[in-house]
Amino acid sequence: MSVKSKSIQKKSKDERLRKVSNLKVLLNRPELGALGGSVLVFIFFGIVAGDTGMFSAYGTINFLEVSANLGIIAIAAALLMIGGEFDLSVGSMIGFAGICIAIPAIYWGWPLWSSILFAFSMAVLVGYANGILVVRTGLPSFIVTLAMLFILRGATLALTRLITGRTQVPGLRVLIENDPIAWIFSADAFKGVFTWLGSLGLIALRQDGTPLATGIPASVLWWVGMTIFATWLLMKTRYGNWIFASGGDKLGARNVGVPVGRVKISLFIGTAVAATIYACVQVLDAGSADTMRGFLKELEAIVAAVVGGCLLTGGYGSAIGAAFGALIFGTVSMGIYYTDVDTDWFKVFLGAMMLIAVIFNNFIRRRVTENK
Amino acid sequence: MSNNLVEFNNISKFFGSVIALKDVTMHIKKGQIMCLLGDNGAGKSTLIKTLSGVHKPDEGEIIVDGKQTVFDSPRDALDLGIATVYQDLALVSLMSVTRNFFMGREPMKGFGPFKTFDVNKANSIASERMGQIGIDVRDPSQAVGTMSGGERQCLAISRAIYFGAKVLILDEPTSALGVHQASVVLKYIVKAAASGLGVILITHNVHHAYPVGNSFTILNRGKSMGTFDKKDLSREKLLGMMAGGEELDKLEVELKEIDRTNKN
Ligand SMILES: Nc1ncnc2c1ncn2[C@@H]1O[C@H](COP(=O)(O)OP(=O)(O)OP(=O)(O)O)[C@@H](O)[C@H]1O
Ligand SMILES: [Mg+2]
Repeated sequence: MSVKSKSIQKKSKDERLRKVSNLKVLLNRPELGALGGSVLVFIFFGIVAGDTGMFSAYGTINFLEVSANLGIIAIAAALLMIGGEFDLSVGSMIGFAGICIAIPAIYWGWPLWSSILFAFSMAVLVGYANGILVVRTGLPSFIVTLAMLFILRGATLALTRLITGRTQVPGLRVLIENDPIAWIFSADAFKGVFTWLGSLGLIALRQDGTPLATGIPASVLWWVGMTIFATWLLMKTRYGNWIFASGGDKLGARNVGVPVGRVKISLFIGTAVAATIYACVQVLDAGSADTMRGFLKELEAIVAAVVGGCLLTGGYGSAIGAAFGALIFGTVSMGIYYTDVDTDWFKVFLGAMMLIAVIFNNFIRRRVTENK
Repeated sequence: MSNNLVEFNNISKFFGSVIALKDVTMHIKKGQIMCLLGDNGAGKSTLIKTLSGVHKPDEGEIIVDGKQTVFDSPRDALDLGIATVYQDLALVSLMSVTRNFFMGREPMKGFGPFKTFDVNKANSIASERMGQIGIDVRDPSQAVGTMSGGERQCLAISRAIYFGAKVLILDEPTSALGVHQASVVLKYIVKAAASGLGVILITHNVHHAYPVGNSFTILNRGKSMGTFDKKDLSREKLLGMMAGGEELDKLEVELKEIDRTNKN
């Protein structure tokens, strides 16, 4: 190529490249909808419920905790959805993991930490089973994990009744005290800060002088930690590139050497493990396991992921978006109690929000992927 | 024998009741450009996919560098330095140019569990490589779905050339390219072969096949019609064999006929 034609090319490069503002770049990010939605939700409740105690330390911790619980499973569901699959067995896995912790600890005398580890190994097995079935049979994950939804819920109920004669397993609280790992899921963080704030009179106190909000719940830290980790995974690692590729075009990805099967199986293990983290948080917080725990959570996780910008068809989305999707969910579901609105309307809001999110995402996807 | 880089020996491939390939034998030497020709559905893509690790042959053997080789996945083939431009390109349109270029073979930086995808290095290699075959990548983070058909094809080609250390397989790489761009790409393919690679080129365009190919294998309905050296084959004969020379002449007559009846 001659020098002259090169210089022409250089010039044409400048001609064809329009300066795009940072705002435009932001507009093309999948999490934009969920970020904007969160801001709107906070403005709304700030106006409607600003003086009701919703945004006191105690109220804030409350809605953050609800958001965090959902966020933990929504982030894993988002990664899986970006990888091109669904997991409808998440909710049932929560119930199953709960009794995997409670029954060995209460009825078989296992130390609590070992039954927690047992629950996590069962999660790996369930996730692996989901993954290998989807990858090997080529069936839609929708069907495979729907079957797993019933199998797990049924097994949870049957086994619990068989072993305990009931559907609830209480009595875990006394075991938490001296357990070496239970605090990972149940302790409050920054207790000192909250006590200090309380002593300054900045946050509300109980009658005995301890602050009403005792600290940041462990679930909130899990939520934040998992968001950061999942975002790092997606954006910065080889595995993240493989997740996008597997969901975007699994044949194409496989043809250029992406181990699509392994990626998908690991993502299914991820959702089952996230469900178990959720179960640990809830079971240790309540001190009991219930066979119906986690009912319908799989759908809420999918709503949060979709509101967070994940495409149902895979290959596109973000973990930050899913985390904000969960925040919207948690804020509204708690905030509605602080307003005059009948809480029955919450589900209507949820459905409408999902619909708007899907339409909005579709529009964004077209912007990003089609010749403009 | 040993100067063959790749040997397909009596390859057969069945899809259920469909016989896609039957007893196909083809040998490729270092530095050789083997053109694989044949009608639509003749089995060209299926044959090259047995070498890229997409399909396992049901019968016959593949020998690479003198060793019989069985690929469990395309990853195995890539690890040996066999890179392919697939007919459907194998690009993910929701992903960026760079992420597509390095899909499955991402350059890494850092240590141990903190190894990360080296995006800057990947961006600059992708832009540079695309530039070499005449495509200006304006923005390496641009989604592939927004690129033109020819740009996409060039992305798949430059990716294969970058990763193909031993064998380069191109399944109709020039089908979406303009005259100028096609000649740039063909020149690049010749250069790759001259540096010692074996190249398998599939094309329906005789003007692309004849100038660059050294050897021509014709497939017809899943069977090989033989391999011909360039010196034994005139452009006209090749054109005739590429199923169409005569038919195109006939078509011209028929079109004239239609034209005349329309006028009346
Ligand atoms: N996965 C598959 N399952 C069933 N049949 C297949 C499959 N792949 C290819 N075939 C059949 O095998 C035959 C050869 O297909 P192939 O794609 O190799 O043709 P080709 O020579 O590349 O054609 P073209 O020039 O149109 O690309 C066709 O009849 C096709 O229908
Ligand atoms: Mg083909």
